[in-house]
Parts: sequence; C-alpha cells; structure tokens
Amino acid sequence: MAPYLLAAWLFLVGLYGVVTSRNFVQLVMCLSVVQSSTYVLILQVGYKLHATAPIFKGIPPDARAVDPVVQSLVLTDVVVGVVVTALILSLALQIHKRTGTLNPDDLHVMEG
Amino acid sequence: MSRRARLVVFAVGAAGAAALLAWGLLGLPDFGHYRGPYGDVLNEQALGQRHAQNVVNAVVLDYRGFDTVGEEFILFGAVIGVTLLLRRQREEHERATGDRARDMAFARTSDAVRVFSLALVVPTIVLGLYVVVHGHLSPGGGFQGGLIVGAAPVFVYLAGRYVVFRSVDPEGALDLGEGMGAAGFVAVGLVGLVATGAFLENVWPLGQVGSVFSAGTIPVINVSVGIEVAAGLVLVLFEFLEQTLLLRGG
Repeated sequence: MAPYLLAAWLFLVGLYGVVTSRNFVQLVMCLSVVQSSTYVLILQVGYKLHATAPIFKGIPPDARAVDPVVQSLVLTDVVVGVVVTALILSLALQIHKRTGTLNPDDLHVMEG
Repeated sequence: MSRRARLVVFAVGAAGAAALLAWGLLGLPDFGHYRGPYGDVLNEQALGQRHAQNVVNAVVLDYRGFDTVGEEFILFGAVIGVTLLLRRQREEHERATGDRARDMAFARTSDAVRVFSLALVVPTIVLGLYVVVHGHLSPGGGFQGGLIVGAAPVFVYLAGRYVVFRSVDPEGALDLGEGMGAAGFVAVGLVGLVATGAFLENVWPLGQVGSVFSAGTIPVINVSVGIEVAAGLVLVLFEFLEQTLLLRGG
C-alpha cells in the first residue's frame, strides 16, 4: 500500500500547484506533475518483486520479468505528454502576446 | 473568487479526492505482487511468436499496435496545433538582422558549452538512430530514439548556430517527415489488413532472433515512429525558437 501513496501525493501536490499558480508556465509544469502521478501508479501496478526488465536478451526465456503492458502504456504517454505540454505552452505564449500577462488571475474578461 | 476562497474550495475537494484515492489504492494487489495474467502471457509468448527480445516494444508496436496508431495521431495533432498556434500573426514581422544579434544575447553561452554542444550533435544523432533500429532487441524503440534524435538540434541551438540551422530551411523536410512517419505506420497496418484481413498483423518474415532484421514489421514501424517523433519534436522546437528569437509584434 505505502508505495502507491507516492502516486496519490504527486497527484494532489500537482493539483495544488495548478490551483494556486500565478504563472501559466508554472501551471503547465504542475500539470506535468499530475500526469507523472499516473505513470508512477501504472508502473507500480505492473511491478513484481525480484523480477527483471521484460527484455529477454542474455537472460533465460522463462526469467521472472515485470509486466510489459503497463510499461508500453507509459512509454507512449511520456512522448505524447511532451508534445501536449508544448501545445499548452504555445497557448500560454499567445496569451502573453495578447494580454501582456502570464498570471491567470489577471485574465478576468472573456475576449472574443 | 478570492485566493482564500479558492484554497478553501480546493482543500475540500482535495480531501475528498484523497479519500477516494486511498480507498481505491487499498483495493489494489500488494505492491510487488502482480496478479497478471496479460503481462506474464506476453513475457512467455512474445519471443517465440514475434522473435522480439524487447517485449515492451513488441507490445507497443504489435500486440497493442492499433492503440499506438491512435497515440501517434495525438502526437501528430498536437504538433499541428503548436504550428498553427505559433504561425506568424498579421501584426508580426521578423526582426532586422542587427536587432536580432542583440536580442540573441540572452542565448549567449560560454565557449566551453558551445564547443561541447557542437561536438555532441553527431553522436546524439547516431545514438538516436541506434536506439531506433535496435528497438526490438534492446531497451529503446521509435519513440525513445526519435526523442534522442530530436534533441540534436537543441545542441545546435546551444552551440549558437541557430541562424545557420535556420538558413538550411528544414521546415519542408520536417513537415514531410512528420507526415510520412504517421503514414508509414498506417501503411504497414494496411499491408497486414490486405494480406490477412487483420490491421497491423505481423506478416513479414520474422528472421533470426537477435538480428536487426528480425521481428517482422516491428523494426519497420520503429523507424517510421522514430521519423515521426524526431520531426515533430524538431518542428515544435523550431516554432518556439522562431517566436522568441525572430518575431516581433508590430
């Protein structure tokens, strides 16, 4: 149970950052922390005690290895996460160009 | 809403979320006691069925390949989104050259960093390509190798050679790589569909275990994904550098 709490902690602490952030760039980084909590949890679920990586090179084919499915889920998501972060950052850049601020609190009025 | 009110609302919500999370986590199997069965089945079967030593890579590009096609198009869409959001606006124009030199002062780095960065460009690309083509044999694959290759232009920028890099005008080639990478994955899938009636069926000869030319379609898809990821990453980097270094609002 205890190792799983790391994921819960990362999720909540990232969320706290998103709620209290005064800067869009920092906010995006907090969102990445929230996202990484899912990686930690998913990888933990697939972990086996005394098992090795699921790469069968130089080890017997029946060696005890951790779950490859959860690793593949995280793998693609890390790469996609990088590019999605870039997408949100480019939104922040445009906000700064239009309004001159990166503080979410300073954006009160919806502009068309 | 005031900051204090927002924090109170967050505290209530977070307490609820924490309770739900703890409840959910308590229902999981004990840490380190994986229950399976899918991971175990794949670890047993992948080497014999696909001749791929890296089971993670076989899962990403073969067993769960259809899902990865979707993931790759998220990547594709996000890169297009960045390009679209950062396109040159009507009131923006490029800075004059002298102006540009002054504004690039913030990117000025020490000689040691410049020389070291420049020296790292080629080894980074070689390492990335190695990771891509050996994806089915050792840790790595198209996604990881693509990211490494995509890091090479970062070193070009750190070496203070961005303007030179830009004069090559790589955007056309990058757009092509981005499109071809995504299309290549789907094309391999369609080959399987035509040959056997199942999308992404691994129809190519499996070859000798441990050889670069083994595991059927998996290395082909690795290369295609590698091109896609590298081109996408460089495009994103390119767009951001254009914004910060070269554009100015009117």
